[in-house]
Amino acid sequence: MDFILQPWPWYVAGPMITLVMFLLFYFGKKFGVSSNLETICAIGGAGKVVDFFNFDWRKNGWNLMFILGAVIGGFISYQWLTPDESVAINRQTFQDLTDLGFQNAGAQYLPDEIFSIENMFTVKGFLILIVAGMLVGFGSRYAGGCTSGHGIVGLSNLEIPSLIAVIGFFIGGLIMTWLLFPLIF
Amino acid sequence: MKYIKFLLIGILFGIILSKAEVISWYRIYEMFKFQSFHMYGVIGSAVAVGVVLVYLFKKGLIKTYLGNQIVIEPKKKGLARNLVGGTIFGLGWALAGACPGPMFILLGRGVAAIVIVIIGGLLGALLYHSVKSKLPH
Repeated sequence: MDFILQPWPWYVAGPMITLVMFLLFYFGKKFGVSSNLETICAIGGAGKVVDFFNFDWRKNGWNLMFILGAVIGGFISYQWLTPDESVAINRQTFQDLTDLGFQNAGAQYLPDEIFSIENMFTVKGFLILIVAGMLVGFGSRYAGGCTSGHGIVGLSNLEIPSLIAVIGFFIGGLIMTWLLFPLIF
Repeated sequence: MKYIKFLLIGILFGIILSKAEVISWYRIYEMFKFQSFHMYGVIGSAVAVGVVLVYLFKKGLIKTYLGNQIVIEPKKKGLARNLVGGTIFGLGWALAGACPGPMFILLGRGVAAIVIVIIGGLLGALLYHSVKSKLPH
């Protein structure tokens, strides 16, 4: 039990993510989370605005159940499996974040500077959250996949488009982290 | 309920990503700063095992529970689609510190602010399909 309560090392987590991919393949489905964004838009009536969303979302019901499970999994791990929510980040990372104005970096999973309730209701805080989400939603659907569909399944299937997409993920992530963070925070 | 198995697989997924701290904003920042091997290890080992697994599926050595061969529909080709779309995604991944899976897992952990990120994700998907005819692919 003690092992479960500790943070899991990469060599346990990585193969277990592959197990998730295996189970979905075994049941005839393909691992890919970001397509759920389209499914939820379709359920919400986006078809009235954009024709694309007039597809039969019920065929993706299995994937909605998968992300509902992910929500429940997050709840279970939060309630019972994470006695200590500190993240043992690199000392240099801690220093870099302190220089950016982040206090107590790594004390919890998420920084208050972005995810606190107070921050959520400031104009800047709200914009950061909504724009971050929009970039993820727009980019993943433009590229036709996210970390799961391109990063795990696509690379496992040795697909060039996925390799290009993952290179793009890193170009974007590096631009944001190295160039834009000092301007935003 | 025929979908219950997918709910269970999703629960497993949520627990794995929580326990591996993949859902932590700090882990994503650290990755893009090249200051930790953790995220590279997670993704790298997942892909390394995944390559073998997909090979076995495609060779027909592992079949689905119905005994069918799995067919993986290839991702669409196109430099603009994958590179520009991927870059836009990467900007958001670093800022939110979360990709679509972790967003939903964080929702389950009771993070209220993630609701705004998810709404942003839905708006982003809506926006893409509104303007996609004008974009290079």
